Formats: sequence, C-alpha cells, structure tokens
Amino acid sequence: MANNPPVDKELLVGHHTNASLDATIGDIILNPATHNEPAIKTPIKGFMTSPWQIAFGLGFLLLNVLLLSIVMLVWNGIGVWGNNQPVGWGFDIINFVWWIGIGHAGTLISAVLLLLRQKWRNSINRFAEAMTIFAVMCAGIYPLLHTGRPWVAYWLMPYPNWLAMWPQFRSPLVWDVFAVSTYATVSILFWFVGLIPDFATLRDRAKSKFAQVAFGAVSLGWRGSAKHWHRYEHASIILAGLSTPLVLSVHTVVSFDFAMGIVPGWNVTIFPPYFVAGAVFAGFAMVLTFAIPLRKWYKLESLITMKHIDWMAKVMLATGLIVFYGYIMEVFYAWYSGVPAEMALLYNRYNLFDSPYSWAFWTLIITNGIIPQLMWVPKYRQNMKILLVVTTSISIGMWFERYVIIPISLTRDYVPGSFGFYSPTLWDIAMFAGTIGLFLFLMFLFIRFLPMINIFEMKELLHQMEHDDKHSHDHKENGKLATTAQEGAE
Amino acid sequence: MSHVRDTSPKPYGVVAEFDNSDALLEAAEKVKAAGYRDLDAYTPIPVHGLTDVLEWKDDKLGWVVFFHGIAGFAAGYFLQWWTSQGLPVSNTALQVNGLLPYPMNVGGKPEFSIPAFFPPAYELTILLAAFGAVFGMIAFNGLPKPHHPVFNAACMNRASSDRYVLCVEATDPRYDEDEIVELMNGLGSLSVERVKTSEGY
Repeated sequence: MANNPPVDKELLVGHHTNASLDATIGDIILNPATHNEPAIKTPIKGFMTSPWQIAFGLGFLLLNVLLLSIVMLVWNGIGVWGNNQPVGWGFDIINFVWWIGIGHAGTLISAVLLLLRQKWRNSINRFAEAMTIFAVMCAGIYPLLHTGRPWVAYWLMPYPNWLAMWPQFRSPLVWDVFAVSTYATVSILFWFVGLIPDFATLRDRAKSKFAQVAFGAVSLGWRGSAKHWHRYEHASIILAGLSTPLVLSVHTVVSFDFAMGIVPGWNVTIFPPYFVAGAVFAGFAMVLTFAIPLRKWYKLESLITMKHIDWMAKVMLATGLIVFYGYIMEVFYAWYSGVPAEMALLYNRYNLFDSPYSWAFWTLIITNGIIPQLMWVPKYRQNMKILLVVTTSISIGMWFERYVIIPISLTRDYVPGSFGFYSPTLWDIAMFAGTIGLFLFLMFLFIRFLPMINIFEMKELLHQMEHDDKHSHDHKENGKLATTAQEGAE
Repeated sequence: MSHVRDTSPKPYGVVAEFDNSDALLEAAEKVKAAGYRDLDAYTPIPVHGLTDVLEWKDDKLGWVVFFHGIAGFAAGYFLQWWTSQGLPVSNTALQVNGLLPYPMNVGGKPEFSIPAFFPPAYELTILLAAFGAVFGMIAFNGLPKPHHPVFNAACMNRASSDRYVLCVEATDPRYDEDEIVELMNGLGSLSVERVKTSEGY
C-alpha cells in the first residue's frame, strides 16, 4: 500500500519463507517434543527436565496455593487478610492494580501500534495479548474475593431485582466494574479474532485427527477468502480503534478509585495519565521478562530480534520517565498545596527514621526510578542479563508504587485518632504468590496449545520486506536513488 | 410422476494455485478481463488490492459498528437515568418487575448526574461496538462454516500456508469449465483443478 513505510530489515533475521514461518511457530504446538527442549539436568531422572516443565510445574504448584488460600478466605472470611480499619484496602487492591497494569502492554502493542503501523508489533503482539487476558483474570480475582461473598458478586452488575436496589453509578468502584469487565471482554475478542487465521494454518498443518478437528472447529472454517480478509482487516482496525480509548480509560478509571477520594496523597489530578504510563511501563517490563527466555528456549531469535528487544527497552525507558515525572509531581503537589495533611504524608514517605513505610518509598524510587535509567546505554539494551534485572526491578517497583500509595495514605489520614499500621498476613502473601502461579500456569498452557507468535502477520511482514527489496532493486535498475525517504513518500 | 433425486457431484468452480501474491493479482486481473465476474481468491495473508481487482466492495461493517456504539452509549445513559430517576408511572407495576428506580442523593448532586454517569456509558459504547465488529465480521463472512466446497480442492491444503488460490465459481453466467481451465493454464499457475461439490443436496 502506498502509505506503508518500508519496514526495518532487522525485524526478521535470516532467510524465511511462508512455510518456514509456519514450521518455526506452528510446530511448537503441533510437536509436543519441542517443550522438552532444551534439556536441563535435574536431581530426579526424567522429572522436570525442560524449562517448560519447570515453569508449568511451578505455576501448577502455586495455583494450588491460590486455591487453598481462596478456600481459607471464603471459609473464614476477610479477616484472614491483614486489612482492617483504617486500612480497608491492602494487598487485594495493590495486587489488583498491579495485575491490571501488567495487562496494559498487550493492548498497547496490539491496538496502538497497529494504528501507528508499527510492524515490529507483529512478532510480540500475540503473547502480549495473552498476558493481558491472564493478567486481567488474576486482577479480577481480588475485587471479587474482597466482596467477602464472591457468590453474590453479580450484585455489582445492574439488573432488575426484588431488593429494588441498583448500583451507585456515581462511584468509581462501579465504573471499575464496567471498565474492567469491558476490558476483559474486548481483549478476549481481539485476541480470538487475531487467532482465527492462525487456527486455520494449524488445522491444515496438523497431522493428528484430533488436532485437525480441534483447530478446524476454533478456526470457524476460515478459508482465507479475499472477501473475508477484507472484512477481517476492517474489523481488526476498528477493534484497534476501540481498544485504544478503552485501554486508556481502564487505568484512568482504576486511578479514579484513588483520585476521587479525599485521602491525602490520593486526591491528585495527575493520577490518570501517571497510572496509564505506569501500566504500560510495567506491562512492557513483563513482556520482556517473558520474551527474553522464550525466544531462547524456543529458538525464536530470528523472529523476536535484538531490534525488538531494543525498541521494547526504549518504550520502557520512555514510559518510566513519565512515571518518574509523576513521582516528582506528587511531591510538588504536596508542597504546593500547602495542606498540612499532604505535607505530613510527604514527610511520612521520605523520612527514613520517623515513618514505618519509608523503606517502601525508597525501594520504589530505586527500583522504578533509578535502575531503569540503565536503559539509556545502548549496550545494556542488548544485554539479556541486565535487561532481565531491569525488568524484574520494574515489576517489583510497580508493585511498591501501589503499596506506597495505598497503606501509607490510609494509615495517616486527617484524624490522628484513626492512624494505624498495616502489615499483610501469610494468606495475603499466599494469595499473591497464588495469582503469580495462575499467571504462569495459564501462560505456559498458552505456549503449549496456541501459537505464541502471530503467524499470518509475520507472513505479511515477510511479504512487505520482499516487496521493499523488489522496489529498491527496481529503483537501482532505473538508475534512481533508492533512498528510504523516497520509498516512504510513495 | 416419478421423481429422481440427483445426488451426483456438481461443479463448484475451477481453482488455480500460485506461489506468490503478485502472480495471483496478475492472474485475477486477466481472468476478470476475460469477462468472468464470480471470482474469489484464497490466500494465507490479506493481499492488498485484491478486492479492487475482483471489483468487490463491502462497507456494511463500519455502519454496524457505528450503530452498535450509538446503542451502547444510549443504553448506558438510559440505564443510569432510569435507575436514578425513572419515569413518573405507577410504581406497583415497576416494583413487580423489579424495575423500580432507586434515587440516591450523593453529596447533593442531581439525581441524573450526567458527568458522573459518563464512564459506564463510555464503556458500554466500546463494548457494544466491539461486539458489532467481531460478530458482524463473523456473520457477514458466513462463519462458522467448518466445511466449504472449495476445500475439496487439493491445493487448498496449502492456501493457509504458502499458496495463493484463485477460483472462478460455477455461478458465473459465462461459466465453461474447459475454457476456464485453458485460460488458467496460460497464467503461470502451479496447477489447475476442477472442484466438484455434493453440498446442498
């Protein structure tokens, strides 16, 4: 197409064809043996001998911890958690916001980068979208259980009932119900639409009857008709256009949960943009945390290239700076407002000797503000070990950001009589570990059964590269200058 | 009157396979120029310009999404207006159906608080528009359809991988199998196949 700028040659390394792309991506699923590679020596012979088995096993183990902690919670009540007056929101809301944030990179990659015609999204969008869905699932668990009676969680939805009650629509918590449920639904739809042509490819490639029937059913009988593709692309671009304002609205609404309150440190107008940037920051860190080992284990280095890693690190750095600007603004607001409670809160955050939570604030500044600055150095953006250290640091930092916002503010309200202290219990920690387990479990099931890279979009990328090649070749033959600028202007 | 039911396979069309999209586009143009109009192509990736060559256009989906979005927005505000204010009608009837409004005074704000009611309406706009886009696309495409006559062609096995298939359908008014096979053989295709179907009997 005329308005498609030429793509970077480094986005696909080596010599690929459509068939080789099918084999590289599709056979990870169709050939179960790929998940036993690379072999790892373990104490017990033949047990947990590959990264997939270990990660999946760990996920399964922690998933059971989650189930146990849910049983404990429902059986005994919310009292097994550490939140109590004045801290009504503890680990549950911290983890809810943390997980929702992690999901945001998936939508950003699949929707915003599609609208901006960024072709480098093609090899990372599928598993980033999967991460979105699984992260939203992990997030959703918390508010549902925090209701105390999850079996009546449908009361959050407006429906005609004999109690003659309706939700309080002016509450950001009710907005959250709408925003998060819409986000989960639209993310799943977008993901499924992207998978349809790949399911068709797998259906045609599968050897076993079961795989053929299963992929045939979920592909909806996709046959790649030109007319179908036309509507398909139309639907994709519309969904991208819908998801972009959606993803911005979701974390905005989540930030309203705080910003609409009058608690010191919460009632800040910068919260919506700062939360959205933080979400993208955390999300890209998580995408990199998964992309770096996966490309190595599954030999996908030619598809998820150093260029991708480099650009993701740059997005992470940029959003990290926005988040850091948010931290500076929080301090500025507290000082500029002149409100004693706000000033006291600020003092409570940074003072290392007088306040019980200042360690959390300084952990946040180091892990989220300072360590990510390593990404300025091009060499470090190419170093997998440093990248993994930075992304882990960001995941920890983003968790502490919510920790700093929630208990510090709630334990130091306006009235000294309602000052308090918050500490999580064993079950808080068990449930957090449990949702990490659920996430790992679902991610590795996904890697086992669904194509983790979008096959047809990689083919499109390949196709465009071949065309770019041909064009520059033609230009040379005609004695014209085959510059990038000229091709871009075509 | 004796009635004989004919269940023998009928022609569905003629397909030709190509190994790249440029060859397919070129062939489609030639087949179009030869006067055939009931064409379709089956490709592993969306080929830009193909629907232009086939002179096929369909913009219904955009409208479907638009009206779904409007409906979502209206439904969102209507729901919130109803539940916080409601119509001045007999309360008994509403009570029976659980539809009684429940006005709440929150900080002295109006019962119908337009700005505060925006987020749910906004989310419902997006939700319904997305439903329109996805289910509209699937419905207009006639999916799910696990089996389609064109799958009887052997070359379709690779149409989701690295083959680009052009099809002249038997519904074409000028359909003449031998003529089309001859035309397609001259277009640089890898193979040409006559597709039969027993579907619909």
